[in-house]
Amino acid sequence: MDLQLRNVSHSYGDVDVLDAIDLEIKSGQIVCIIGPSGCGKSTLLRVIGGLERPDAGQILQIGEPPTGSLNPLTYIFQDFALLPWRSVEGNISIALEDQPVARGERKEIIDDVLARTKLSDFRKALPRQLSGGMKQRVAIARALCVKPAVLLMDEPLSALDGQTRALLMDDLIDLWTRERFTACYVTHNLGEAVMLGHRIAVLSRRPGRIREIVEIDVPLSERQENRADLEVHQKRLWDVMRDEARAADRELADA
Amino acid sequence: MPEQLSDGHARGARSVPFRGGGFAPKPVRLIAPLVFIGLIAFWEIGSRMGFIGKLVLPAPSEAFEAFRQLVETGMLWKHLGASLYRLVVGWVCGTALGISVGVLIGLFSVARAGLSPLVSAIFPIPKIALLPLFVIWFGIGEGSKVATILFGTFFPTVIATYGGVDNVDRSLIRMGQSFGLPWSSIVRKIILPGALPAILSGFRISVSIAIVLLVAAEMIGAEFGIGAYILLAGNLMATDQLIAGVAILSIIGLTIAWLIGRAERYFLRWRS
Repeated sequence: MDLQLRNVSHSYGDVDVLDAIDLEIKSGQIVCIIGPSGCGKSTLLRVIGGLERPDAGQILQIGEPPTGSLNPLTYIFQDFALLPWRSVEGNISIALEDQPVARGERKEIIDDVLARTKLSDFRKALPRQLSGGMKQRVAIARALCVKPAVLLMDEPLSALDGQTRALLMDDLIDLWTRERFTACYVTHNLGEAVMLGHRIAVLSRRPGRIREIVEIDVPLSERQENRADLEVHQKRLWDVMRDEARAADRELADA
Repeated sequence: MPEQLSDGHARGARSVPFRGGGFAPKPVRLIAPLVFIGLIAFWEIGSRMGFIGKLVLPAPSEAFEAFRQLVETGMLWKHLGASLYRLVVGWVCGTALGISVGVLIGLFSVARAGLSPLVSAIFPIPKIALLPLFVIWFGIGEGSKVATILFGTFFPTVIATYGGVDNVDRSLIRMGQSFGLPWSSIVRKIILPGALPAILSGFRISVSIAIVLLVAAEMIGAEFGIGAYILLAGNLMATDQLIAGVAILSIIGLTIAWLIGRAERYFLRWRS
C-alpha cells in the first residue's frame, strides 16, 4: 500500500503550520521527514495517520493494505506511550484486545513480536522497570503486532541517550532488512535520516513547505560501511537546513 | 594503568567540606509508639497525682473502664453497628455517584459546562448546615443521616475524579486512538486506570469528611451510634464515656485510612 499526500495544508488558529505539502510514501520505502523544531513535522505525521484533520488537501491510500493487517497506519511515539499499569505483554495486548483475534491467536502474535524484538524475557516487566531503549522496543513490538502497512514514527529515538539510540538504530536497520516495512520517519536528526531514509524530505520552518527531497540509493544494510557517501548527503542536507534552523531558533513560540 | 597521584599533603591539601545533608526525612520506627505511650502515661500519672482535675479530663484508665463496660453490656456492637452501617451506605453511594459524575464532567464538554459550576457552588457548603433540611426531606430516621454522608462524600469525589481524568496523559489517549481502540475501551483501559491515583487520594478526604458528618448526623434523633453515645455522655457529664467514644472514632478513622493505604499499594503498584 502506498500513501500519497496531495496539497496538504493546516493551521492552528492564525498560525499556518503546513503549506501545500505533496509527498509520496511508496511501499517498502522509508521516507524521512526532517526540519527545524516547530516546523510542523509532528503535525504532518498526525495528519498522515488520521489523528488530525488537515484544513485542506488529501491523504490517499493507494492499493489495499496487506491481508491480515489489523491497523494499517500504526504510530511509534517519541515518548513511547506505554500504559504504566500494564506489563510489557499487556501493553502489546491492548492493541489486539478489540480486534477480531481469538485469545489463542492473540497469545501467538504476542509471543512472535516479543521474539522479533528480543523481549521474550521481559514479558511480565512493568514499564517503570525498563530502560528507555527497552520501552521503545516494547512500543515497536506493539506496533508490529497489528501488522501495519505503514509505520508512522515520530522521533522514535529522540528521547533516548546516544548509545541506546545507536543500538536501536541497528535494530531498526535489521528489522527493515528482514521485513521491508514501509515507514514515514520524522526526525530532527540528520544522522538518523541518512542512516534510514530511502528518501529524505526537508521541511522549511513554519509554515512547513517541502524545500527539497533527497534520494539515497545506498542499500540500508551497506550504509554503515559507506559513511563517506552519507557524509556528503548529510552535509548537503545541512546546507539546505542551516538557515532555516537558525531562523526557527530565533522565533517566538506564540508570535 | 591506575592514575599516579601527586603528593597533595605536601601542598596544603584539605578535605572538601560536606554541605549536602538534610532535607530528607526518613521513617524512624518506635518513635511514634513512644510518643503515644509517653503521652498517655503522663496523662494517667497527672490524673492520679491530682494536677489534672477529674472533671476536666478523666484518666485514661477510667476511659478504658468505660470502654470495657461498653463491651460487656454489648452496647458497643449496637452503637458501632449502627454507625458503620450509615457510614458504609452513605460513603459507598456518595462515592459511586461521585465517580460517575466526575467521569462525565471529565469526558463531556456539556456535562462540564453544566455541572462543574454547580459542584463548585455546593462543595463549600458545610453539609451539617443542610442537616435540618435533610431531616425534613428524608425523615428523622436513617434517611437523613445517610443522605448527609452521601452528600458530603459526593462532592469531593466528583472533584478528585474529574481532576484525575483531566490529568490522564493525553499521549496515552492518542495512542489508544492510533490503534483504533473503541471509545469504551479508551475510557475503561486508559482513562479510568489513569485517574485511579487521584480517585484513591480523594477517598482519603471523603472518608474523613464522612466520619465528621456521621457524628454530626447522629447527634440529631439517633438512638444508637457512636455520635449518639458521645452526645449522651456529654449531656451526663460522663467524660470518661465521652473520651471512650472519641477514641472509637479515632480507631475507625485509622482503620479506614489503613485499608485505603493497602488498596493504594495494591492498585497502584505500577507506580515507581
